[in-house]
Amino acid sequence: MNIPAGYLYTKEHEWVKIEGDLALVGITDFAQGELGDVVFVQLPDVGSKAKQGDSFGTIEAVKAVADIYSPLSGDVVEVNPELAGTPEIMNREPYTSGWIVKIRPSNFDTEKTHLLTPEAYKDLTSA
Amino acid sequence: MKRDVTSLQSETKLIFEHSHEGRTGFQAPPTPDSLPAFELPAELQRKNAPRLPEVAESTAVRHYVNLSTRNHHIDRDFYPLGSCTMKYNPKINDEVAALPGFAGLSPWQPASTVQGALELLGELSDALLEVTGMDNITLQPAAGAQGEFTALLMFRAYHMKKGNVRKRIVIPDSAHGTNPASIVLAGYGVTQLPSDSNGLMDIEALKRTLDEDVAGLMITNPNTIGLFESNIAKIIDLVHDAGGLVYMDGANLNALLGISRPGDMGFDACHINLHKTFSTPHGGGGPGSGPVAIKEKLARHLPVPVLKKNGDLFVWDWNRPDSIGSVHTYYGNFGMHVRALAYIRSLGGNGLHAISENAIINANYLRKKLSPTYQIYIDKPCMHEAVFSGNNQKAKGVRTTDIAKRLLDYGIHPPTVYFPLIVPECLMIEPTESETKETLDEFIEVMQQIDREATETPDLLKHAPYTTPVRRLDEAGAARNLNIRYFDNANA
Amino acid sequence: MRYIPNTPDDRSAMLRDIGVSSFEELLEQVPASLRLNRPLKIADGQSEWQVRRDLTHMSEKNLSAMGHACFMGAGSYDHYVPAAVNALASRSEYVTAYTPYQPEVAQGTLQVIFEFQSMICELFGMPAANASMYDGGTALSEAIAMARAHTKRQRIVWTEAVHPSYRRVAETNNIALGMTFDVAPCPNGSQSNDTISMLLGDDVAALVVQYPNFFGIIDDLKQLVDRAHSHGTLVVFVTDPMAMGLLKSPGQLGADIVVGEGQCLGNYMSYGGPYLGLFAASSELVRLMPGRIVGITKDVDGRRGFVLTLQTREQHIRRDKATSNICTNQGLLATRATFYMSMLGPTGLKDIGVASARRTQYLMKKLEAVPGFSIAHKGVHFREFLLKVPGDARLFFKFMSENGILAGIPLTKFGMTDERGLLVALTETRTLEEMDKYVALATGYATGGMK
Repeated sequence: MNIPAGYLYTKEHEWVKIEGDLALVGITDFAQGELGDVVFVQLPDVGSKAKQGDSFGTIEAVKAVADIYSPLSGDVVEVNPELAGTPEIMNREPYTSGWIVKIRPSNFDTEKTHLLTPEAYKDLTSA
Repeated sequence: MKRDVTSLQSETKLIFEHSHEGRTGFQAPPTPDSLPAFELPAELQRKNAPRLPEVAESTAVRHYVNLSTRNHHIDRDFYPLGSCTMKYNPKINDEVAALPGFAGLSPWQPASTVQGALELLGELSDALLEVTGMDNITLQPAAGAQGEFTALLMFRAYHMKKGNVRKRIVIPDSAHGTNPASIVLAGYGVTQLPSDSNGLMDIEALKRTLDEDVAGLMITNPNTIGLFESNIAKIIDLVHDAGGLVYMDGANLNALLGISRPGDMGFDACHINLHKTFSTPHGGGGPGSGPVAIKEKLARHLPVPVLKKNGDLFVWDWNRPDSIGSVHTYYGNFGMHVRALAYIRSLGGNGLHAISENAIINANYLRKKLSPTYQIYIDKPCMHEAVFSGNNQKAKGVRTTDIAKRLLDYGIHPPTVYFPLIVPECLMIEPTESETKETLDEFIEVMQQIDREATETPDLLKHAPYTTPVRRLDEAGAARNLNIRYFDNANA
Repeated sequence: MRYIPNTPDDRSAMLRDIGVSSFEELLEQVPASLRLNRPLKIADGQSEWQVRRDLTHMSEKNLSAMGHACFMGAGSYDHYVPAAVNALASRSEYVTAYTPYQPEVAQGTLQVIFEFQSMICELFGMPAANASMYDGGTALSEAIAMARAHTKRQRIVWTEAVHPSYRRVAETNNIALGMTFDVAPCPNGSQSNDTISMLLGDDVAALVVQYPNFFGIIDDLKQLVDRAHSHGTLVVFVTDPMAMGLLKSPGQLGADIVVGEGQCLGNYMSYGGPYLGLFAASSELVRLMPGRIVGITKDVDGRRGFVLTLQTREQHIRRDKATSNICTNQGLLATRATFYMSMLGPTGLKDIGVASARRTQYLMKKLEAVPGFSIAHKGVHFREFLLKVPGDARLFFKFMSENGILAGIPLTKFGMTDERGLLVALTETRTLEEMDKYVALATGYATGGMK
């Protein structure tokens, strides 16, 4: 299972990657494997507020549906336009082209303490 | 060349692809010329006719007969779909439901002109009350899910009448998906409790959650693991003591006929799936019928109209101010009521008991014979269905889906899979009383053979089926690129 | 026991293999105090011959459309059902299959549903239809729940000319969700009036209209639809599929959701059930659509096939967050409707519409001329009209039924107060002789002083 370095993780199997002053958010390789073929992603509106730990969207597979919990609080500044037409990229490249939203974090320094390192996430998923 | 030698798989045309301009399979009775014309203002007229297929009757018949051969069905072979009670559907039942004096009745006819129909509903109601040990009944719900919802609305009305509508309904984690969905539609929140290590309701967890906010408990008995909730009396007492009501999901009533009755257990309401226990055909997914039987304390909340007898005359009682309203436009699925009564009359009281006895023996026979190969979820005598986990086979790299698909190659419909959700790689097998020992023995052999294949040729299973009209289908593709009608632009 | 194959010997052998000495041992989990220790008080089983004899006898106690000329409608119509529909629909392959959970061996059922969806889309002029609901009333209930989910609003406006029973069912089914309902009066039977617009507003989830309406009138609804849309309100059409060969489709009029009763499409009246709820919606609402939906896909070898799709909407996956609790559809009824519509074709559908409508115009004209009788409403009527009879319509019905005619439905049946009102419906199966007999009897009734 792929748990790349340079990312932070949540217990609900989302990842965060900081790029400049924005945070890229997606779901982990483990999560996409459990869900199976992703067929639809319900995305938040650009400009909406995300709150750490709250659901901002859902991912639908053929016979499963999962909430996406925001790893950080902040403004949603961009959603991945590719997911509407080709949601399967979440299965193929969960950490790169399969990203879900970009958030401008409002309280990163405090909130990052609630996130998991790659090592901690690995322990979680192999438990 | 369009035709080729027949192979196992084939693609069929859609009826629209047989369409040929100018053909029709129908001739309307003549309208005398002397009748006035129908004059419709131009702005209301339809310009483009709906693109229904244009085919002769013979073409339609051939098309749909061909399509029919692409179905598995009970009259063809074993169909042990757990929780669905796929029993034999006696042919006499369909025949009597089609009698002109039943099929030709308008639901709007006054009661005095449909006394035979009402007599039938009265006799069916009495029989269902005897089977369930309840006091009163509505035949209105058109399916089990609607029955659940109807009962929950009655619970809500009961609590409102007492001045506290309450907030939550409790269910076990092994519940059917319709339970939580119905609860939310009835305006309640869902509290889901984990099952204990025996697959039964966890009494301690129940005690912890019960308070004045709990409107009731919904529980399936026997539960979806195929086990009788042996503490059910205690469970019901606890809920009643907290002021709540208790509902039995009757999905598994086929195990209880003449053996134990929900009313005697203390339940306040239960539904009965006529399309399971009482053999009305499933019709490719409906019509069902889900009457709800209740205790007297809920009777004032029954949906209108309620069947009553005034002297010798059956009537519909609409004057019930505390009724929840109506959940169906008419009186429920009457054609299913006719079939169910024909079935009950054919079997009689003793026959109904024999149904459950044979269903239970058949299920335990499968449990015993299959458990050396497949992991039984709870190793105890079961009621009408046996629930296994595919864990042994998963260890060989084969999933329950693969086992199910391989069964298709042997001409057997797979059991219910991946339900209940609490059983990993679940296989839920309900043989029903309709099956012979020989059929069960064959099924056991096939299941053992599939297990050997899982060991020796796992790839064979992962790509099954091979002998069905089509092979594994791309369900993800269907959901991603939604294509749900033939013409891609709507025709005004 | 003719439906239970195993013999006492079979059972003994099986119990032995199970490792118990008696059936009772298998019931150890059922506490003794909960056992029914007596036989069920249900009469002994009958032979098939007895069952047939007794139920036939019961059926013959009813007056039916087989022996009487039926002029009753209100969602349940006496159309002819072609023999081929019955022949095809009695095939075990359709009757005794269950929900297509294993699509590889359910292509028959799945393809029929796909064809059904396609035909319903054509009739209603809509881009999406589901595999069917329980009946017209429950289909309306689901439309309202869907409008609520989409708009996040709690108020419904509907008209007096929307079937009162459908409204009762839709209220019952949605009341626990806090929905409120306002009824717009239709004093002259029409829905095009200003009273409806006055009730609209930015808090209305859906406007519900019926087309043709409950009194048989074909209203021009275009402006009303636009008005509702200007408030962000969805428009739900309750539609008679049999009118769709003639009338502009709801889709063309701007409907967002279209529901209807499909009994008339190859199914019997059968005392109100099983019936067939029709449900279609605009593309943007597809993911909120209740019930089963079949889509096209391919198998691993590239062959076209059909599967249940968008299943994540449904209760077995989404549980308490599902858009509806419906689990089944009315499979066999939808199947029958599909057979029926494929034989009808566009011309057959139009022919039945015209045949019904012309008979309706004829009977209206004739009855209007009978002293003491009148037609309640102006406007273009499709296949149904409100007749005012002399005196109580229930007495008139009784008189007519004693003379071989089921004359219509007294309005009091719908909880309406107009005792003189009788809703009369015609289909292609009413003959000139039957209509003339109706008129002659009515004339005699009026002049005979039987008020």
